[in-house]
Amino acid sequence: MFSRRFFRHGVHPPELKDLTAGVPTRRIPFPERVVLPLQQHIGAPARPIVRPGDRVERGDKIAEASGFVSVPMHASVSGTVADIRRAPHPDGSWKEAIVLDTDPWSPQAARPRMVPEWQGLSREQLIAAIQDGGLVGLGGAAFPTHVKLSPPPDQNIDLVVLNGCECEPYLTTDHRTMVEHPDRVHLGTRIMMKCLGVERAVVGIERNKPDAIDAMRASVPADLDIEIVPLEVKYPQGAEKMLLKSLIDREVPEGGLPMHVGVVVQNVASVATIAEIFDTGLPLVERILTVTGRGLREPRNLVVPIGTRLSDLLAACGGLTDDAAEVVMGGPMMGVAQASMETPVLKGTSGVVVLSEDEARPGDTFPCIRCGRCLDACPVFLDPQHLGSLGLNQRYEEMQDHHLQTCMLCGCCSYVCPSRIPLSQLFGVAKATLRGKEAKP
Amino acid sequence: MSEVRLRVAASPHLHGRDSTPRIMWTVVASLVPVMATATWAFGPSALLVQGGAVAGAVLTERLVAQRGSLLDGSALITGLLLGLCLPPGLPVWMAFLGGVFGIGFGKLVFGGLGQNPFNPALLGRAFLQAAFPVAITTWPRTDGPWWALRGDNLALPLMSPQNADGMTGATPLGLRKFEGIDTPLGDLFTGNIAGSVGETSAIVILLCGLFLALRGYLDWRIPAAVLGTVAAFSGVLWLVDAERFPDPLFMLGSGGLMLGAFYMATDMVTSPTTRPGAWIYGAGIGFLVVVIRVWGGLPEGVMYAILFMNALVPFLNRATRPRVFGARRTP
Repeated sequence: MFSRRFFRHGVHPPELKDLTAGVPTRRIPFPERVVLPLQQHIGAPARPIVRPGDRVERGDKIAEASGFVSVPMHASVSGTVADIRRAPHPDGSWKEAIVLDTDPWSPQAARPRMVPEWQGLSREQLIAAIQDGGLVGLGGAAFPTHVKLSPPPDQNIDLVVLNGCECEPYLTTDHRTMVEHPDRVHLGTRIMMKCLGVERAVVGIERNKPDAIDAMRASVPADLDIEIVPLEVKYPQGAEKMLLKSLIDREVPEGGLPMHVGVVVQNVASVATIAEIFDTGLPLVERILTVTGRGLREPRNLVVPIGTRLSDLLAACGGLTDDAAEVVMGGPMMGVAQASMETPVLKGTSGVVVLSEDEARPGDTFPCIRCGRCLDACPVFLDPQHLGSLGLNQRYEEMQDHHLQTCMLCGCCSYVCPSRIPLSQLFGVAKATLRGKEAKP
Repeated sequence: MSEVRLRVAASPHLHGRDSTPRIMWTVVASLVPVMATATWAFGPSALLVQGGAVAGAVLTERLVAQRGSLLDGSALITGLLLGLCLPPGLPVWMAFLGGVFGIGFGKLVFGGLGQNPFNPALLGRAFLQAAFPVAITTWPRTDGPWWALRGDNLALPLMSPQNADGMTGATPLGLRKFEGIDTPLGDLFTGNIAGSVGETSAIVILLCGLFLALRGYLDWRIPAAVLGTVAAFSGVLWLVDAERFPDPLFMLGSGGLMLGAFYMATDMVTSPTTRPGAWIYGAGIGFLVVVIRVWGGLPEGVMYAILFMNALVPFLNRATRPRVFGARRTP
């Protein structure tokens, strides 16, 4: 059945994971203040249910879901609501956020909560509990988990795929999750399989994480059909479509989702949080993330409250070096460079990377020499060179005719371009402009 | 921490190490052994012709194009390649004019680097072929002292070169076509022949081209397709009638085929961006080279074969675009 173990094209950026791959995950002291944007996930933002001055305990719900494709938000520290105002968001904009001041004397213990036995719950109850726990994908896109677990009834799902590739350079968040908490991953998988009525799961892990592969293999429960598959180290192996192509040779149709080929894909760290809410009863109020880069004095893997600001994170890692040049939330290939050190960690922030001057220096731009390297790099077989020239001339409608919507903004084309043409940036601008045009009738 | 100045740029934040100037200057460096072989074969004349072509190309780029565009090295490559496909006895002012035309009308009128449909060096040569048909088909012989000029290199501008009869010969292809004389294969591959500055040694060009291919700075599919098609097509003809048609090794080693296959046809700007496109393009060049050499009125056809296939590149790119991931058919 597993006839192929690869996808075509892609690039090989330096892996740079040595900085933190072997560093055990640690907690840092609770920050004095956390900032919790209401928009932490794809879908409708959460609606606040607290007011400035309210006292909250860690794990209390402070904003509720506003629809099906939405999740509630919970206080990540015990303290008082300082304000509800606009604050820097990792996407570069300013967005409405709940600001909590930490109570310095609080033990930060969660209120005692009822933790139902998950075995006794029905499918619907499980999915409701997962939504109530505020769970979203932790890999970056932050798609609400319960929506993924509720495919339309006519959609046949036969496989759960766990994404442990972590193909972005530098990041070791999923790596450490698999090494330190393989049992949580397997329990989360079990719950997902029950929600979907699926008998089988496959985990794809890039070969550069042998300890994660061993830890995951060693802890598979005997009664669970979970296969651990090592995959080629190549970017973007962890993109859903590439992962499914490599693992099971199924090609997600253009404009479609993994469920259209009978699969639900979830990132391993997100799956571990499913287990956590049925284990401790605590909703998603903290996450594991890698804070790393050559521009940082002490790269570490940390467990931090959601809403921790960059300034607190970087201080906990020894601060910036003298040649620090760029602070990126997410990985260096697809992450967003941050302008404000007040920007908070979201549920979907998979890491913080501080790049040094020599890595981040953009280099001079030259005219396209039609070398064709972008075509050989594009994992979805677009013609980035042609799309780029259309984009430079703002011919966005024509770009749509050339399958712009299939572009994942993975950045492979920009990475290989010897003329340093900002191809994926052009495509991002085109996509955003076209979305804006659609929104305005 | 507030005094730290941070950069905010779009993703991806990491980039590969290759750059366009690096590619161009590596090509220039790879031409040094080719030029050295030419100088060894043709003496100072080779350098004079090269110098004329380079001066024409570089000066035009400097005067007309944006400031700083010389740094990318592409104008220098055009000049060098043009110089390599001219006869060593050509007056320097003609080579200079070829460089001016190649860069000016072959590249800058289209908008500069990356915009030109035709190989500028070959366009410069095509211009010279049309303007000075005699001078550009006058081939000096390689005997005589090394330091002697191989023709009237120093003729004054707008003056025709004075030809001493005893010094000219014919290229192996010309000998074969018009006089039915075969040249020993060993001479072809080591460069002991008459011909253009860069036609001298097939082996040196082959090695330099392989170096570039290994570095990923030229698409190996193109020379493979060109040489493979020439060998296969002329091989078939030779098997049919060995008397009438030249043998495939002669076809591979003679004329500008090696230079054309490795350095002219692989010009990134004027060759296809898709892999199947590169195969078709190379095969088309190989086919046309044999057709022109065997049935055409000219002894050599590499230049026209490449220019013709250059014209087809936009079509080839469109026709061979791969199927987009998840899409039902090709766009």
